[in-house]
Amino acid sequence: MNLRGRRGLAHTLNGPQELGHGPVFWVCFAAVTVAALAYPAFGSVFALSNLANFCLYVPMGLGLALLWGYNGVLSFGQSAFFAIAGYVYGVIAGNLIDVPGGSLLAVAGGLGASVLVAAVFGYFVFYGQVSGWIIPLLLLVLSLILETFMGQTAGYQWRVGSVLFGGYNGMTGIPSLQIGEWDFGGASTAFYYLVVVLTLLVYLGLRILVNSRYGHVVTAIKDDVERTRALGYNVNFIQIQVFVLAAALAGLSGVLYVSWGNYINPASMGLLSATLPVIWTAVGGRRSLLAVLLATLTLRWLADTLAVRGGEYAFLIMGVLLLATMLFFPEGIVVSLARRYGGWKAPTGAMNRSGSR
Amino acid sequence: MSLADLVSLVYQYLDNIAFLLLAALGLMIILGVVNVINLAHGELIMLGAYITTIAYHDANLPLPVCMLLSVLGVGLFGMALERFVVRRFYGDRLAALVATWGVSLILSQGALLALGPSMPSVPLPAWTLHYEGYSFGGYRLLLFAIALAAIIATWWVFYRTKFGIRTRATMQNPDMTRALGVDTRNIYLLTFGAGSALAGLTGALYAPTTTIVPLMGTQFVDVAFITVVVGGGANPIIGAIASAALLAGISTPLSSILGTFIGRIGLLIAALVIIRFLPRGISGYWQDLRYQRMARHSS
Repeated sequence: MNLRGRRGLAHTLNGPQELGHGPVFWVCFAAVTVAALAYPAFGSVFALSNLANFCLYVPMGLGLALLWGYNGVLSFGQSAFFAIAGYVYGVIAGNLIDVPGGSLLAVAGGLGASVLVAAVFGYFVFYGQVSGWIIPLLLLVLSLILETFMGQTAGYQWRVGSVLFGGYNGMTGIPSLQIGEWDFGGASTAFYYLVVVLTLLVYLGLRILVNSRYGHVVTAIKDDVERTRALGYNVNFIQIQVFVLAAALAGLSGVLYVSWGNYINPASMGLLSATLPVIWTAVGGRRSLLAVLLATLTLRWLADTLAVRGGEYAFLIMGVLLLATMLFFPEGIVVSLARRYGGWKAPTGAMNRSGSR
Repeated sequence: MSLADLVSLVYQYLDNIAFLLLAALGLMIILGVVNVINLAHGELIMLGAYITTIAYHDANLPLPVCMLLSVLGVGLFGMALERFVVRRFYGDRLAALVATWGVSLILSQGALLALGPSMPSVPLPAWTLHYEGYSFGGYRLLLFAIALAAIIATWWVFYRTKFGIRTRATMQNPDMTRALGVDTRNIYLLTFGAGSALAGLTGALYAPTTTIVPLMGTQFVDVAFITVVVGGGANPIIGAIASAALLAGISTPLSSILGTFIGRIGLLIAALVIIRFLPRGISGYWQDLRYQRMARHSS
């Protein structure tokens, strides 16, 4: 495969592991990008802040798409990494509020904490070579235990420096990200640009990754673990790398979320929050990054609309949507449409029998 | 430590074992035979508790009859779940997890919408035993006895009935079993129903001891998942007993000294360490040892 030079990069970007090829797709992509970047010129502050809120979940969704769709490892615990990063960011940024560059340090700390937890967890499950169902189960348990723990941290004795954990009411007054003179508060245009640019970078970066040589190995692990191992790849280590990357992306979403809302509570890693990334990925179609990106934005918008009218039905509708997708569009709705009308077929191991024992 | 303290510790240990066994046994049988994890297991437990509560308060039936209704009702519901949802995912176990998670959301949110945030509680049968200043709930001891009875009943079905022989054959080699004329789809359907009925039993039994809320399933599933992961699906009976005895041994001292949260964290860490060395759980390891011994004897 030609990976050298500019033609090589364009070639990789257009590889077979992701839907959307050819001039029409890229013209549309460029048009949407320009529209998103020009939106602050005429959108209201409220609309910008809302759109930024939808976009900030995209890294978490794309991370799960990479982990589940491309590497075959399911996770019900992305919300745990989201919340760990959010809380750690809150603790550091709250204490370093007067220090210049303190919030950047907090970003590093938040992402670092997620990466560390993911690496330790990943060591045990991937080097143990456990069966596929154990990992999502234990991650769900991790998420639930952390939620219970954070829920009982009400009171003055639960604090780090000047920052209170706040129990079920959550941590409040978390300072927004600040770089130099720019304040990336939730209602600022700067934050909107930051989130849009990060979303684009994460999408294009992952698109290059899955179509690279490394990405093909990642996909090969999903199709047949033993054969990939027999070809001499360090399967366990690659799985840990992908798992850690997905956790870091969930952590990025968590950091952006607290910078947007200045607030995080234990419900952000509870059962219902843990469900959301899985729903986005399943409904969009886990074998395509673009499908998950679209599903994340659409379902975030849907959940927001439902919360305004008839919030009590929101999770029932999400559950029905998830079950219906799994029953009638097992590949995901966007991917099924792309297959039917666009002729795109996610490359899979044709001889894949690993799940049918 | 006096004798009374020791008795108290043993009582707590038995109480924890009963909880782990009852929460996990159904899930483990389904994993062992059908090779699928039902993420809606907690909601099936919730359903069992609701049936008991509603039958007790609205139909004024005696408590044991209410519990029997839970077992039957949730068992039938589980069979419907297998027939219309789970059966489609036998080729892809991760998809089965996700689909049953959709079911779990629908059940818990549906219960919240249909029946409100809480239910009137069922009175706890008031039997207490007193010993040296400690008092012990007789109902808790009854729970332990029922957990043991459930294990023995499972063993009897697996090893002393024709259905059990077919089930074990299906676990070992489904293709071969089908070739011998056994309808394995029926085995899967009935096993799923039996596992669900055990969830219904658990919900019914714990209904008098906790508050009945739509999300009550979660307090059962986190320990149930750990028990299943540690026990493994290779032999549900050995796995359930060994795993519950070991995990209760870890969590009883931890939670009585350091609190429930540390107890739960201890369970999670224990699970991670155990699967690092025994990836198929205790029963998988036990099965490997047995096969090795059989191979040595035959050579």
